Amino acid sequence: MKNIGYLLVGVAFGLALTKGEAISWYRIQEMFRFESFHMFGIFMTAIPIGAFSIYMLKKFDVKTMEGQPIEDPKKNFHPGIILGSLIFGFGWALTGACPGPLYAQIGSGSVVTIVTLLSALMGTWAFGRVEHLLPGKSIIHFNSRK
Amino acid sequence: MGGVIGGRLLANPEPIAVSANTVEFFSSFGITRQTGLMPKELYNWQALLSLKGFLLMIVGGFMVGFGTRYAQGCTSGHGILGLSALQWASLVATASFFAGGILFSHFILPHILSL
Repeated sequence: MKNIGYLLVGVAFGLALTKGEAISWYRIQEMFRFESFHMFGIFMTAIPIGAFSIYMLKKFDVKTMEGQPIEDPKKNFHPGIILGSLIFGFGWALTGACPGPLYAQIGSGSVVTIVTLLSALMGTWAFGRVEHLLPGKSIIHFNSRK
Repeated sequence: MGGVIGGRLLANPEPIAVSANTVEFFSSFGITRQTGLMPKELYNWQALLSLKGFLLMIVGGFMVGFGTRYAQGCTSGHGILGLSALQWASLVATASFFAGGILFSHFILPHILSL
């Protein structure tokens, strides 16, 4: 039952990304070149709706499917975020995709994007291997937060 | 699955209506506007064997994966969820995502596309 819930949310997310053209390579390039309002419109709609949703979840003290309280998405700052985000931005411009859209691009017919996805997985693995050598590292302690 | 439904079952039969400036810029690199979400000239199995395809798919994918973990989030995690929750770190991350993408698109991508 729980997995069906995850599945439905995932399908809705993939469908929104696809029909919103947020996974389109052309749209991403257009956004970086500031030649259309399209993608900015998506962000500017999604963020207030997200903020409103978080507010409502808190107001009505909504629980997760397991009955756990929903924690605030807490993002701790560390200098590595800037470096990591720049690397991410380069990759975003190259592939026209961020992690979620990679799956949706494959689904929408760009089968070769499986290679990009595998490469992204290699990137996350490589990060784990070199993490201790990188500046401004070590943060994610989502579970340690009470 | 959402991609299959949106990109195949409910696919838009027209090319994506990107701005004329964008179309013109990329057509100068032989990238024509097609139906579908990805330019097939760049992203195909044969292209994987060329330097251009290697950079676009393998190096690009690697940077996405590596950068996501280093930054502790992606466009959805920081750009939408983090900003919705008014997280300062997410604002820095989102600004840096765009800084990276904008610099890359303007100054480096054209060189890769002309390979």
